[in-house]
Amino acid sequence: MSGNLHSLTAHEIRKMMDSGSVAAPAVLDAVLRRIGHIDGKVKATVLVNKARAAESAASSKPGRLSGIPVLIKDNICVKDELTTCGSRILDGFKPPYDATVVRKLNDEGAVLIGKANMDEFAFGSSCETSCYGPTRNPWDLGRIPGGSSGGSAAAVAADETICAIGSDTGGSIRQPAALCGVVGLKPTYGRVSRYGLIAFASSLDQIGPITKDVEDSALLLSVIAGHDEMDSTSVDIPVPDYAKSLKKDVKGLRIGVPKEYFVKGIDPQVEQAVRSAIGVLKDLGAVVTDIGLPHTGYAVSTYYIIGPAEASSNLARFDGVQYGFRATDAKDMIDMYVQTRSKGFGKEAKRRILLGTYCLSSGYYDAYYLKALKVRTKIREDFDRAFASCDCIVTPTSPTPAFRIGEKTGDPLAMYLSDVYTIPANLAGLPGISVPCGFSSDGLPIGLQILAKAFDEETMFRAAYSFEQSTGHHKKRPTI
Amino acid sequence: MTGHEPRATKYETVIGLEVHLQLKTGTKVFCGCSTKFGQRPNSQTCPVCLGLPGSLPVLNGEAFHSAVKVALALNCTVQSMIKFDRKNYYYPDLPKNFQISQYDMPLSYDGFVDIFSEADKARKRIRIKRVHLEEDAGKLIHAPEDNCSFVDYNRTGMPLLEIVTEPDIGTPQEAYDYLTRLKAILEYLRVSDCDMEKGSLRCDANISVRRSGEKKLGTKVELKNMNTFKGVKVGLEYETKRQVSLVEDAQVIRQETRLWDADKAITSSMRTKEEAMDYRYFPEPDLVPFTVDTAVIDRIRASLPELPEAKANRFMKDFGLSEYDANVITGQLELADYFEACAARYDNRKTIANWIMGDITAYLNTADLSIHDMKVTPDGLIGLLKMIDSGKISGKMAKEVMVEAIGTGDAPADIVAKKGLAQISDSARLEEVVRAVIARNVKSASDYKGGKKAALAHLVGQVMKETKGAANPAMVNDILKKNLGE
Repeated sequence: MSGNLHSLTAHEIRKMMDSGSVAAPAVLDAVLRRIGHIDGKVKATVLVNKARAAESAASSKPGRLSGIPVLIKDNICVKDELTTCGSRILDGFKPPYDATVVRKLNDEGAVLIGKANMDEFAFGSSCETSCYGPTRNPWDLGRIPGGSSGGSAAAVAADETICAIGSDTGGSIRQPAALCGVVGLKPTYGRVSRYGLIAFASSLDQIGPITKDVEDSALLLSVIAGHDEMDSTSVDIPVPDYAKSLKKDVKGLRIGVPKEYFVKGIDPQVEQAVRSAIGVLKDLGAVVTDIGLPHTGYAVSTYYIIGPAEASSNLARFDGVQYGFRATDAKDMIDMYVQTRSKGFGKEAKRRILLGTYCLSSGYYDAYYLKALKVRTKIREDFDRAFASCDCIVTPTSPTPAFRIGEKTGDPLAMYLSDVYTIPANLAGLPGISVPCGFSSDGLPIGLQILAKAFDEETMFRAAYSFEQSTGHHKKRPTI
Repeated sequence: MTGHEPRATKYETVIGLEVHLQLKTGTKVFCGCSTKFGQRPNSQTCPVCLGLPGSLPVLNGEAFHSAVKVALALNCTVQSMIKFDRKNYYYPDLPKNFQISQYDMPLSYDGFVDIFSEADKARKRIRIKRVHLEEDAGKLIHAPEDNCSFVDYNRTGMPLLEIVTEPDIGTPQEAYDYLTRLKAILEYLRVSDCDMEKGSLRCDANISVRRSGEKKLGTKVELKNMNTFKGVKVGLEYETKRQVSLVEDAQVIRQETRLWDADKAITSSMRTKEEAMDYRYFPEPDLVPFTVDTAVIDRIRASLPELPEAKANRFMKDFGLSEYDANVITGQLELADYFEACAARYDNRKTIANWIMGDITAYLNTADLSIHDMKVTPDGLIGLLKMIDSGKISGKMAKEVMVEAIGTGDAPADIVAKKGLAQISDSARLEEVVRAVIARNVKSASDYKGGKKAALAHLVGQVMKETKGAANPAMVNDILKKNLGE
């Protein structure tokens, strides 16, 4: 059994550890061997701290995640560990503190093995904009894993870790999870503390787990969710035991299918896989109804105003003064800013900083930012209306399966559209999960997205778990 | 405004003031760091106030509470929804390169402060446009010898209140009077040290001039870098003069920010309007807007202490002080408290007021001390006044004793005793001395008896000499006259 410990889920390993048939160091060893064996090809990790992980595994600290290896996206602060957001501008930055999520994982005995690759500052849907170079899709090394949490998703898909933590601003957990054939969850905005998550867009960012199945997703969310007095946007609502919502029962569950999500741009194979998934849920007893989310068409443009606007301000602090990269040959203070930021940021980061700065500038604020906020309200109201007649909403996660590396890097708009189905949930602050629902003719994974009402992750888990258990797509693993 | 009095009739000055006030809270406005002044550089910092990646602000309830107190004391309306905004600009003392502030929805608005203009001996209302809460920046320390600059982030994240007036201030003196009154109110609230030297109170001004009777405002100039209340007044006086002479010479006044140079006593351009920054304000997404319960506001309102104006009115009513005296005494909380403690022990309040506003204030001013440094307790002062009343010492002696008491901190009664200053009012003892003096000065005594009234002065002088000046002069006169047969 120990030969493929790395391919197990957290709940399977926990069961074995509880019965004494395996110990934490053996699991860590299996995972580290797997990384050593294939990460040269996948390039999912940017840092593996074997010594720290070994110490943590040996301590066998009790807890719900005792001994479970977890990979952390590189935009989440781990004390004294390199945290760079995949950007040269954070070169050498080691935070003096743990993100709240990291503290909670440590408190429950998780074994943090290292950092996962990502698009620079989470700006991207392909994991190609990282200063460390692109991560590959384990199902086809010539393709992208999705992004921005591409490293986290690829590592879970390739069994380089048992589970991973990502962040989702416009689909950055769900889209790579879909493209890598794993489960990715974006919790309700405010469900998980953002303290220690290096902000991209503060009003949209949310940390969530990427796992091999829905049960692990529920387990990890139970650990990381909850109010944090260090984050004013985290909400003080009790955290339910999400494991209890894992029922194979969707009888009478009202599932809404928005017609706006099945229009031009969707790959026919994706549409087919999602339609048949809806059929599965229907066969299981769910009541499927057509719903309308009329402002869906404005979501991407709204997102590309609000996201960059907040990012332009959030990223202002990377100036070379206190930490990270600083240009050495600057003439004066202004020149230090200019050179540091010109050399430290990549192309996509600069594009979004410029976009955001423009949108917030005097004379443009009302036409862009303020209008975007109003549209955001409209999108939120769409969902409020829809949820009056359904319990959850089912859509494709991504319009296409994984595309080729380099295919969309020259066309930012085409790249931005790959998040067309995931962005609305961020704008509305709703929880969403992507679960594997089939494969393209090329053998590439396809994801089904399930959205629920704010703070109703339980209904979302119930639908996701029922679907997953009756299909088994999640059990299929790539051969590398 | 001595320099341009003749012009004062032709021109009017329009001034608005912006005061930045550091609130005295235990911890910083968005993190738990200490706010203690004068600590080792960067010793009072954490990931939040250093703006480290991933850190988030959380509003300090005490800072909010103090801000509301000030808002209510300045008669402002408190916003029902509290919201923060980001003000974006680059400077190394600002670790996030944005300041968390309030833009379109200040914490409070539409208030007023009534000033009592000493010059005009009249009241005037200065409207408050807004009071908002924000975070302070750090401090740059330049080391030209090393060709570099250092940043001290201890001040970063200290709670700051920005208090902005409408352009209701008509003269530099009024600006001074407004600041004095504002400071008094803030002191009464005990929310700030109000120390311009330590930077806990800073003041910028907007100033323009126009011909009297003109409705349109002149081009305004922002004036910065005035480090004392006096500096504000003098700087505004200079700027008024400069602007008036530009108008007189038919030159254009540029809209700009100018710096006051106290040493050279001039203002000079810092930046023009064209160079003004676009701060790209937008709502702070890391702080959730919250509504303020009116019950909370009412509770804070009810907890406000008696403010200077109310205290002045009470002093007029209860202690019979004149409006002028009441205003001066209530202008400083410690002065008012001192007066009130004295008034509880002594009925002649006018005498107390005269002493406090006269000799005591004069001495403190000369020695560059404040009432805070006053070492004579109310009991000490009242004891002294009672000694005058009972004739134990003279008023002149009392003043000398007071000066010494303030200087040394010794109790006035001890000084009187130690120096043997107590006035001799014992008639038997004075009778003795008088008889002895008459016996030794037979000529003067007979001169007096012979009608040379001036001879009495010599005899009085001899008695005073004999008693080292301690004899009660009135009694000496009486007893001498009696013994000389009158």
